[in-house]
Amino acid sequence: MKIHEYQAKALLAQYGIAIPRGKVASTPAEATEIATEIGNKVVIKAQVYAGGRGKVGGIKIVNSPAEAKKAASQLIGTRLVTHQTGPEGVPVSKVLVEEASNVARELYLSILVDGTSRLPVMMASEAGGMEIEEVAQSAPEKIFKSYIDPAIGFQPFQGRKLAYGMNLDGGQVGEATRLMTNLYKLFIDKDCSLAEINPLVVTAGEKLLALDAKLNFDDNALYRHKDIQELQDKEQEEPLEIQARDWGINNYVKMDGDIGCMVNGAGLAMAVNDLIQYCGGRAANFLDIGTLNNTDRVVNSFKMFIADPRIKAVLVNIFGGMARVDVIAKGIVEAYQQMNIPFPVVIRLAGTNLEEGQRILAESGISFIRAKDFYDGAHKVVEAAKGAVK
Amino acid sequence: MSILVDKGTKLLVQGITGSEGSFHTRRCIEYGTKVVAGVTPGKGGSNHLGVPVFNTIEKAMAETGANASLMFVPPAFAADGILEAADAGIPLVVCITEGIPVLDMVRVHRYLKSKSTRLIGPNCPGVMSPGKCKAGIMVGEIHLPGSVGVISRSGTLTYDVVSQLTSLGIGQSTCVGIGGDALPGSTFVDILKLFQADQDTKAVVLIGEIGGTMEQEAAEFISHKMTKPVVAFVAGSTAPPGKRMGHAGAIITGSAGKASEKIKALSQAGATIAPTPAEVGLTTKKVLGSL
Repeated sequence: MKIHEYQAKALLAQYGIAIPRGKVASTPAEATEIATEIGNKVVIKAQVYAGGRGKVGGIKIVNSPAEAKKAASQLIGTRLVTHQTGPEGVPVSKVLVEEASNVARELYLSILVDGTSRLPVMMASEAGGMEIEEVAQSAPEKIFKSYIDPAIGFQPFQGRKLAYGMNLDGGQVGEATRLMTNLYKLFIDKDCSLAEINPLVVTAGEKLLALDAKLNFDDNALYRHKDIQELQDKEQEEPLEIQARDWGINNYVKMDGDIGCMVNGAGLAMAVNDLIQYCGGRAANFLDIGTLNNTDRVVNSFKMFIADPRIKAVLVNIFGGMARVDVIAKGIVEAYQQMNIPFPVVIRLAGTNLEEGQRILAESGISFIRAKDFYDGAHKVVEAAKGAVK
Repeated sequence: MSILVDKGTKLLVQGITGSEGSFHTRRCIEYGTKVVAGVTPGKGGSNHLGVPVFNTIEKAMAETGANASLMFVPPAFAADGILEAADAGIPLVVCITEGIPVLDMVRVHRYLKSKSTRLIGPNCPGVMSPGKCKAGIMVGEIHLPGSVGVISRSGTLTYDVVSQLTSLGIGQSTCVGIGGDALPGSTFVDILKLFQADQDTKAVVLIGEIGGTMEQEAAEFISHKMTKPVVAFVAGSTAPPGKRMGHAGAIITGSAGKASEKIKALSQAGATIAPTPAEVGLTTKKVLGSL
């Protein structure tokens, strides 16, 4: 789960990490008020779940409360399109109004869980302010890593190693070590999947300040962090994905094609999308119905397809294991009874309770295109979407 | 032969009295697996599906000689369940549970380093040695005893691949679902090592997916240490970056996580790449034919 920058910064501040003076505003009037209160040059930052804001006008530096008002009104209520969003962009409903900092150096600091060592890793670099992937390409020697033993936590020697790696000196080494220790504590306490401060700046007054912050959280651990769950801004997410979750379909991702897919299992669902493309079509979504004991999620999947105006044909590909084919078949029949299905539906069934599932579909009299296997299903749905098969 | 589980496996089921635990334990027994014990705290001394239930794994092992555990414990308690199993010294834990917090697994992995227990999963369909032992939730009937080893990060995609193999008359030595999480207990490399050492495994089918670098590490192992042929497929060529595709571990966060990079690494290592997920069986048949 993602949160906004202003929320991430509030969490950093709770853990003793210095952030610029500032507040979040929902209206230009509020932005003016905050800018007046700060009294100096301020920065107006659009609050969206996407990086790359600076390059597309999402961050504005202004010199007066009047300019702050103007900048805020140019951002609030618009949609921001960055390289990390789709062409439709993401809505800006809040801006962060912050005191502009006098920056001497820009550094990078992050923590994530490394899949190979299976340990949290703290990464630091003196090349801050740009994407770390770019630094990894152009100057990998500037990235320093310290793997953290969860049994003993982050240790001062690790902080010193990273601080010296960022070419900090004197009192800044101790300050940086304390900051890293606090960031690790936050990472563990809140079950983060990513904690990134980029840039972490050294100010003209030689203080360390988190100028930007990104915190992502482990979805599987949200059950034990009600405070974090409440921070979620649904407006920032794809409406179809929010709708799917509200209907109990947790594994739904919008894609850019016109073929609706309903599959059980994430690997199979990805493979179905791949195969559709191989056959010359494009999937409109990734949808893993998971394991189910009732027909609701099947019916709701069809509601999703109807709610999506792009859909020209649907492929149902089920290999029953935990999920039983007869339950899926019942769900499909219920969907046909409850709604008018305006597109051709290709169905491929295999696995647990297959015969019973096939009998249910046959006896229902519903009209669908039967596929004998995985490939046949993908091929037929691509043809159906083109209008070649009805 | 086979790897991990066989006729000598005496299975213990953690969470045997729950609805999923009951459902799948029954199917394991029907398949012929020796299920010798169940563990559910608070239900020790009872009997479930004809299997004695114990409060602790230590007691269950002492009384029944169980040498492998199959886990159906809810995500919030699963890490503790794995730790208990490792502390009791059971050689193999197969964890089916989906949704365990990553930082819980970080602590579990740290603890397992000092123990002899091998963990398969979590978030996996389990381990199956056809005709010998089913320690998992996979469909029994689609398997056929034979000499192809299967390793996969996915559940149902593996069922599809296994049924392709079986319908072509290609049997399996063991099928191992290592799971869809970002931090699996056993990696592709861990299982490739076992298949390489297993006399009765002639070839290996590897089903990878986007996210992480496990396929690249497998490629490294295949090119330097593996003498048996490997057929591979990587799911998620069409997955958009930054989106989690159902599995906790299936998210492209850098170029290494892309399917194309993984396919390239595996191909350069000498693995034969199946062009589509529907052709894994046929590709394996060709590779076996040229042996």
